[in-house]
Amino acid sequence: MADREFRAVALAAERGDRRLFDDIDFTLSPGQLLQVSGRNGCGKTSLLRILSGLSRPVAGQVYWGDEPIQSVDGGTGSCLGYLGHQNALKEDLTAEENILIAGGLGGGRPDREDVLAMLASLGLAGYEDLPVRYLSQGQKRRVALARLLLQPRPLLILDEPYAALDVQVIEVLRSAIEAHLARKGMIVITTHQAVDIDGDCHNLRLG
Amino acid sequence: MFRPLLALLRRDLTLALRRPQDALTVVGFFVVVVALFPLGIGPDPEFLRSLAPGVLWVAALLAVMLSLERLFSDDYRDGTLEQMLLVPEPLGLLVLTKIFAHWLITGLPLVLISPLLAVQLNLRPEEILILMAALLLGTPILSLIGAIGAALTLGLRGGGVLIALLILPLYAPPLILGAGAVDAVMHGASAQAHLSLLGAMMVFALFATPWATAAAVRIMLD
Repeated sequence: MADREFRAVALAAERGDRRLFDDIDFTLSPGQLLQVSGRNGCGKTSLLRILSGLSRPVAGQVYWGDEPIQSVDGGTGSCLGYLGHQNALKEDLTAEENILIAGGLGGGRPDREDVLAMLASLGLAGYEDLPVRYLSQGQKRRVALARLLLQPRPLLILDEPYAALDVQVIEVLRSAIEAHLARKGMIVITTHQAVDIDGDCHNLRLG
Repeated sequence: MFRPLLALLRRDLTLALRRPQDALTVVGFFVVVVALFPLGIGPDPEFLRSLAPGVLWVAALLAVMLSLERLFSDDYRDGTLEQMLLVPEPLGLLVLTKIFAHWLITGLPLVLISPLLAVQLNLRPEEILILMAALLLGTPILSLIGAIGAALTLGLRGGGVLIALLILPLYAPPLILGAGAVDAVMHGASAQAHLSLLGAMMVFALFATPWATAAAVRIMLD
């Protein structure tokens, strides 16, 4: 899926006057997963936002292949998908509309059948035509995951993807992650829950 | 390349249709403000007529202003704006699409309802035509410039008031030209100069403001 490496070189970030982290270096090759761990407030989310090009680091640079992440050919979004704390769903639209529109925004032509199948695999069959406003926290999270998994991006950056999910869905997500790695995709993930993932996993401890 | 932009336009229009009260409040505000003026300054038709261009334009400015806060703040709050930074399209074009949707939802209805209010203020048919033409050229400028203010105040408390302070001074040129166009026709001159300048200003805003707005969005989301 990916043919390039994803590299971070000497990254540093600050919040206010406080230095969150210094000199973060890593290289992620196709098929590898990087789990970022650390206590609350140590800068996991800041690191993930920098990796996805949403924030600028105080020092250092993130590279996709040889290109800096902000100036990747075709836009940052063409190489990575990002799932943050917010689900990025429109409350007035249905789950299906949310995913179809996000797919269209990503430049793809999402297939309705695929969307329904993905929603069903995440246990949302029967909830497709309900405005997202009426879904529970966990269900909204699942819709956001379905949206992310339907966008074929070589690199997935997941910030606490397991939050508010129940055991069955965690299992579905785990197999989706393993399938993504098997397809030579890359994943950067933060989580407080220990979930065993088969594959080439690495760990980065902050703080 | 246009598919993402079309998807975004469709999304914003669908959202507006699902919550029509947002667009209706803006039109309602415009109507009420204009309707209050005759009550305040008396029913003399000639006097009302001479005030009409200014009243209609100021009311339109304020109505657009009222709608600006929501331009990006909903997307900011639910995280969709963040995802928009990751869409493989230039952010400037996405912003321009959002502004276009905003104009369709708020600016265009103001243009369409303005003849009714103009009749109430005793404007003549040829003056009403020029008023509509000026508003048609001017309201996009209001949305385009206003978007910069909306982006700069993202996530700030009391953002609405701040937008007004930032943006209302910048609304002076379209106000002068727009109201001046109707005034000119009223006094038997041609409105062509005013309308040409308004058109030029719209073209300039069309090219310059989306990039400024995109830069502001990036900074506020950093």
